[in-house]
Amino acid sequence: MKMCITAKGDTPDAQVEERFGRAPFFIFHESEQDTYTAETNVFADAAGGVGPRSAQVLIDHGATVLITGQLGGNARRALEGAGIEVYQAVTGSTVREAVTAYRENRLNRIL
Amino acid sequence: MKIVVASGKGGTGKSTFSANFAWSISRGRDVVLVDCDVEEPNLHLFFSAGKSESGVTMPIPVFDTGKCDFCGKCGEFCRYGAIAVLPEKIMFFDDLCHSCGGCRIICPKEAISETERVIGKVWDAPVDEHLRLITGVLDEGEPNGIPVIKAAKEAAEGNDLVIYDASPGTACPVIETIEGSDYVVLVTESTPFGLHDLRLAAEVVRKLCIPAGVVINRSDGEDDETEAFCREAGLDIHMKIPFDREIARLQSRGDLFSVAMPEWQERFFELFEDICIRTGGAP
Repeated sequence: MKMCITAKGDTPDAQVEERFGRAPFFIFHESEQDTYTAETNVFADAAGGVGPRSAQVLIDHGATVLITGQLGGNARRALEGAGIEVYQAVTGSTVREAVTAYRENRLNRIL
Repeated sequence: MKIVVASGKGGTGKSTFSANFAWSISRGRDVVLVDCDVEEPNLHLFFSAGKSESGVTMPIPVFDTGKCDFCGKCGEFCRYGAIAVLPEKIMFFDDLCHSCGGCRIICPKEAISETERVIGKVWDAPVDEHLRLITGVLDEGEPNGIPVIKAAKEAAEGNDLVIYDASPGTACPVIETIEGSDYVVLVTESTPFGLHDLRLAAEVVRKLCIPAGVVINRSDGEDDETEAFCREAGLDIHMKIPFDREIARLQSRGDLFSVAMPEWQERFFELFEDICIRTGGAP
């Protein structure tokens, strides 16, 4: 299974970014191989419409789970339409910690 | 001639000025007043007149999922994020769409056509035989007022003298209102906030290369800083409207103070004549 975690940096030890569409990085985690791949979010500084466009990135990557902080209305609609489950990370946690918390069912599902 | 009333800061008295300015001029010649503050139009509160209404629409795409093969090119093209393409579904976010039509052009399957979506209306009200009020009204919840401003401006086309009341701020709606005008009156107030936003608004008109002057509303007589800025920026101060109880009282009842205080009617008309001389137009 592929999941996406919004992050402030491009490594698994970076902190989770609370904003979805404006996160500096998307980190994709493959649970079977336990690999992390970072991708710069090219929409981080875009003027608008970042929610659906970021959702499109997840859709194109085939991610089925998203771990982030908060979602805007349009992002929510797009992710919901794509059937992507969304979980809220604990503030200040790292990407790796958030993935562990997800595996242990400790994260709050927000979508 | 096209005169825009703008301010930068909200609540400086743009609409008060516009309403009194337009009414005073209309005692001497025909005027069309256009309320371009489409998110919160309020000039109609000063004038009682029957009005006609026309809808404002913008084109949005319609997706034929029979022809669409979900290649994703339209979503990739849309810089506003209005289209998300799922493996077997298209999601369209109408409030993000800017009606550019690019998705329709880029679609390799010709699966996209257009339909019209209502986003607001334009009211047209003949106040009396010399003054006509046109009001742009953006529907609640709609994020983009530009098409409504365009429609309101269009409704006023073909008239010799049009006064446009802009929205506060210095963003797209204000620039849309100012574009193509001959003169901008910047209404400010005797506060640090008024001056701060006047600086921003003055920069906008300077960049758009449109001549401008300043009106200080609710002046408490201590306008040194505003005056210093205007000197520095090469902006003449046309008028000061004092912080006056009688003006406030009339205003709070929805009355035009220039009706009750005829000396102001004269001053507004003189200001108009002054602008005519500055722009080379005939009063």
